[in-house]
Amino acid sequence: MKIVVCIKQVPDTTDIKWTENNTIQREGVESIINPYDVYALEAALKLKKDCNAKVTVLTMGPEQAKDMLKKAIAIGCDDAILLSDRKFAGADTYATGKTIAGAIKSKLADFDLIICGQFAIDGDTAQTGPTIANNLNIPQVTYVKEVIECSENFAVVKKEIEEGIELLKAKFPALICVLKGFDEPTRAKINGIIKAQDAEITTYTSEDIGLEPSEVGLKGSPTYVSKAFRPESKGECTFINSCDEICKKLKEYGILND
Amino acid sequence: MTKEILIYAEVTKSGYVHPVFFTLAAKAQELAQKLDDAIISALIITSKGKTETVKEGFVKCGFDKVYAFEDERFGNYNTELFSSCAIELVNEIHPEIFLIGATTQGRDLGPRISSSLHTGLTADCIELDINEKGMLAATRPTFGGKLMATILCKNHPQMATVRPGVFKPLEQDVIRNTEIIYKNITSVVTPKVELIDFIKGLEDELNDLDSAEIIVSGGKGMKNAEGFKLIESLAKALNGAVGASRGAVEMGLADHKMQIGQTGKTVSPKLYIACGISGAIQHTVGMDSSKRIIAINTDENAPIFDIADIGYVGDAFEIIPQLIDKLSQKTD
Repeated sequence: MKIVVCIKQVPDTTDIKWTENNTIQREGVESIINPYDVYALEAALKLKKDCNAKVTVLTMGPEQAKDMLKKAIAIGCDDAILLSDRKFAGADTYATGKTIAGAIKSKLADFDLIICGQFAIDGDTAQTGPTIANNLNIPQVTYVKEVIECSENFAVVKKEIEEGIELLKAKFPALICVLKGFDEPTRAKINGIIKAQDAEITTYTSEDIGLEPSEVGLKGSPTYVSKAFRPESKGECTFINSCDEICKKLKEYGILND
Repeated sequence: MTKEILIYAEVTKSGYVHPVFFTLAAKAQELAQKLDDAIISALIITSKGKTETVKEGFVKCGFDKVYAFEDERFGNYNTELFSSCAIELVNEIHPEIFLIGATTQGRDLGPRISSSLHTGLTADCIELDINEKGMLAATRPTFGGKLMATILCKNHPQMATVRPGVFKPLEQDVIRNTEIIYKNITSVVTPKVELIDFIKGLEDELNDLDSAEIIVSGGKGMKNAEGFKLIESLAKALNGAVGASRGAVEMGLADHKMQIGQTGKTVSPKLYIACGISGAIQHTVGMDSSKRIIAINTDENAPIFDIADIGYVGDAFEIIPQLIDKLSQKTD
C-alpha cells in the first residue's frame, strides 16, 4: 500500500506580530508544521504499522521546507518530495491543488491513499485537499476522525459531521482529510534521525511535473487579494464590577428590555 | 442578460434546509440590488418529493427559481453525486455568483465544484459585497483571525462559502412567485464512497450554535459538572445556546459538538459570554467575530479581555448565579 501525505509549513499563528504599516511581520516568525498535518502524518504512520504501507511525504514551499520534510522522515516516513519553484509563489487553493495533483500524477501515480490535514492554520480554507482529489479524479472524505479498516482496495473511515458520525467506505485510490484523533506518537526515533540526516529530498519544479508557468502560482490562480487589513479593533475592554452593570450593558445591547 | 445569484440549499439529515441558507438568502437580496436586480435562485439536491415540503422557505425568502435535483440516491450527501449535479447546473445557467454555507458539507462540496469549473472559491467568508466593478468582494479572516483579506475572482461563477451565523435571516418575508424547475443528472456517476452507517449525535436537532444570537460559553475555569450547569442555566435565562472551549471539552464537561474554536465550530452571535475561558487563540478564532463579547474570568491578565467589550474580573461561580437571579426576575 502506498500513501502520500501532503503537509504544509505555516507561520506559528499564536506568534503573529504587526508591522507599523499594518502588515503581518513575517520575519522572525517561527515556521511550524501545520498541526492538522501532524495528524495526517500520525494517521499515515499508523497505517504504515498496521498495513505495512510505504509513506511518502510531500510539500510545496521554499527550500527551507526541507527541514520539515526531514523531520517527517525522522518520525518514520519513507521518503519526501519538495515542490519548489519561484513560479509557484502566490498560488491560491485552485493552483495549489492543481500543482500538488500534477506532481502526484507525474511522480507518484501508483498511490493508494492521499492523506491531508483538514485545515491549515494560516489560511484555514480546507480547500486544498478536495481540490487535489478533484484534479486526480478520485473520491475524497473530509473531516475524518479515524481510519477503522484498511484493506488493499478500500478504507473504512469515521467522518465527523454536525449531526453525528458517518461510517464511509472509500475505494482506492482516494484522498482523506483528517482531524485530530490519531494517537500514533510522532516522536523521532534514533534510527529515524540518522536516516533523516542522510535523506536526499527530491525537489521538483513546475517543468519537472509538466505544468506550464501559466498554470501555477499567482498566474494560475483565479482569485486574488484586493485588500488586506487588520480587523476592526474592538476597542478597549470596559471593566465592570457588578451584576447590575452587566445587566445595564445587556440593555444597551438590546438583549434585555427595561 | 439578467444576472443570477445561485445559493446552495443544504438539506440536513433531519430533513430541513440548513439555517445558513436563509442567512445567505437575506444577503443575496442586498447583493442582487447592487447587481442590476439579479435574480436569486436556489439549488437543492435531495430525495424524491422533498423539495415540495420545504418550498415555503424559498417562497418567503424571495427566490425566483429553485433548481431541484431529486433522486433516491440523494437522500444522503455524497461528494461525487452532489458536485456533479451542481457542475451540470452551473454549466447550463451560468450564474454570476454561487454561494454555499461553510458547513462541513459545504466545505467538502465547494472546492470540488469550483475546481471542476476552473474558478476560484473564497472560503469561510464573513462579509460579501459587490464592488464598483460589479465583482463579488468576499472578505475572510486568515492567520487565525489576525488579518482580514478581501478577495476577488477573475473567473465565473464567483464562488464563496460563508460562515453560518454571520448574516441574519430576513426580518420580513419577501414573497416571490417561486418557480421550481426539476432537473435530472445526465452524467453517469458511480460513487466510489459509500455510506455504511450513520450514528446520530447526542442532540436530536442540529446544535443551535450555528444560528444562535446569544451564546454562553464555559471553559476550564468552570471546573466541574456543577460549574458547567451554571453555564447552561445562564444560557437558558438568556434564551441562548451553550458553547465550550476545548479545555472544557477535554475535561469532559461538555460534548465536542459544543466546542468553539479552531478544532470546533466558528460562531458569530450578537452576544458571546465567555466564562472561565482564558482566551487562547485556538478558542478566539472561533468566536472573535461575535458582535459583542463579555468575558468573566478571575485572571485580569487573561487574553480573553483583549478581545472582549466588557470584562468582569471575578469568580464566575458568584456572578453567574446573581445574573441568573436577576434575569429570572425580569421575566416574571
